[in-house]
Amino acid sequence: MTPREAIQDLMAEYGLLIDEDRLEDWIALFAERCSYRVVSRENVEQGLPQVLMLCTNKDMLLDRISSYRQVNEYNFHSDRHVIGAPRFHGEQAGLWRIEASYSLFQTDVEGVSRLFSVGRYDTTIVFEHGHARLRDMTVIVDTAAIPTLLATPI
Amino acid sequence: MTLQIAWPTSDYSRIPFHLYHDEAIYALEMERVFRGPVWNYLALEAELPNPGDFRTTWVGDMSVVVSRDQDGGLHGFVNRCAHRGAQIVRKTHGNATDHVCIYHRWCYSATGELIGIPFRRGLKGQGGMPDFDMAANGPRKLIVESYRGVIFGTFSDRTEPLATYLGNFGCGMIERFMHKPIRILGYQRQMVGGNWKLYNENLRDTYHASLLHEFFVTFGVDRATQRGGVKMDERHRHNMNYAYAATDTQDEARAAYQGTAGVTLDKLTLRDPTLLRYDREFDDGMNLAAPCFFPNGLLIQINNTLATRQLRPKGVDSFEIFQTVFGYQDDDQAMIDHRLLQSNLIGPAGYVSMEDGEAIEIVQRATRPETNGTSVVEMGGRGAIGDLEHRVTDVPIRGFWSYWAELMGVEPPGGVR
Repeated sequence: MTPREAIQDLMAEYGLLIDEDRLEDWIALFAERCSYRVVSRENVEQGLPQVLMLCTNKDMLLDRISSYRQVNEYNFHSDRHVIGAPRFHGEQAGLWRIEASYSLFQTDVEGVSRLFSVGRYDTTIVFEHGHARLRDMTVIVDTAAIPTLLATPI
Repeated sequence: MTLQIAWPTSDYSRIPFHLYHDEAIYALEMERVFRGPVWNYLALEAELPNPGDFRTTWVGDMSVVVSRDQDGGLHGFVNRCAHRGAQIVRKTHGNATDHVCIYHRWCYSATGELIGIPFRRGLKGQGGMPDFDMAANGPRKLIVESYRGVIFGTFSDRTEPLATYLGNFGCGMIERFMHKPIRILGYQRQMVGGNWKLYNENLRDTYHASLLHEFFVTFGVDRATQRGGVKMDERHRHNMNYAYAATDTQDEARAAYQGTAGVTLDKLTLRDPTLLRYDREFDDGMNLAAPCFFPNGLLIQINNTLATRQLRPKGVDSFEIFQTVFGYQDDDQAMIDHRLLQSNLIGPAGYVSMEDGEAIEIVQRATRPETNGTSVVEMGGRGAIGDLEHRVTDVPIRGFWSYWAELMGVEPPGGVR
């Protein structure tokens, strides 16, 4: 498998694992040293650093998911990601950078779906033990006005 | 329009559900509450630092422009062209010496005066509207005032002075948050499918905070067992929930919450608790302070996260929470990073705030079909409304409704204030 193919597989896996509620497996797609942040496009365009979610290491990602599982209350829903073909920005010192658009639909317990969020991923990828892994994942949401709440990762 | 509300009690301990769903009441609220004798929170001066800076903001569901003139003065006007009613300013913010409506290019000054109409005198002696009085036909203005950098606006000339409206309580809290120059960190927005009054109730319901938001309880950010309470202004329209961290022990809290279905202190431990760190930055020692200002504003501190929120009604069953997060200009990079990391607690994805969106939507959904039902508001006592030095209470909700009823002209006989 070429690095490009491995990265394409990684992104496909990324969306499916969230959609299947396998969030612990989703975390395994991140490199040992990693970060995950969700920011809104309106802040980015104004040069403002405010975040919606921020995990600067893997422990914080694990905390996000265990808090979601164990103490937070949220709207029951399932997710469906549609992730576009990544745009490759090349590789530097073992670090690949890609951008990809996403649409995220949510479906409630009565089977009613809504468009929850659109935006793009801007991420760097490293290879660890031969596997493509996410190093710094930034989710830039166009949908700055979050419908209801944001409990599950994008 | 004469409105009659069948209040079951005169102390607002029962709230008719239909008040969250009635379109006619919603329309009257926009007029009598938001455009009535109240000061609406509009923006922060730090968002408009330079002459010509403007932001579009909201009074109820009406778009207004707040702007700074060349002399530094603040102005506000309805964002609607005097000609055919088009929205004048379509950006959320910017800098401009004047504003031109795109439809027919009518032109407004930064202060909201109508200053130019293309072809007003016609062409070659034909057409135009030469006797039109531009000065008398500009957009409706707001009276705009800043208290220590927090900008408020009112449409009514009957509104009491801003400092009187905020009261000692409100002024004191704004001085506390604005004790040195602030730096805007950015914005968070949340769209909630509920009536705007449900959010005002939520802000005045300290009872829910440590039950719904289990993360709060688990990590002692806010617990009913801590020293804290609720404060109101004299009219009971504004409210503050406050708490002092580390004034209880994990064991006391565990004993108090024992038997409360759904809440335990031991479900979650954090692998990386860095985001909970609290660097004391106010002399009073409070780690949680949330003064809210009738009808649409809030200042909130949760540990080292600081923000304002503006409540933006979007129809009878929808509103936006627009949150402006800030720090201080003398923050070093480490402090900015800490505030950003701690932002995991707040906003639509916040560990201690995401639940409110869901709680409000399930009330909106479940109360819709029950036109004759009422909610129960008597935690912390019935009858008179006043401050409390504990937080097992929803008394400030009754304060909100008493002022709402006064403005709407629907107080029950003997209604408490």
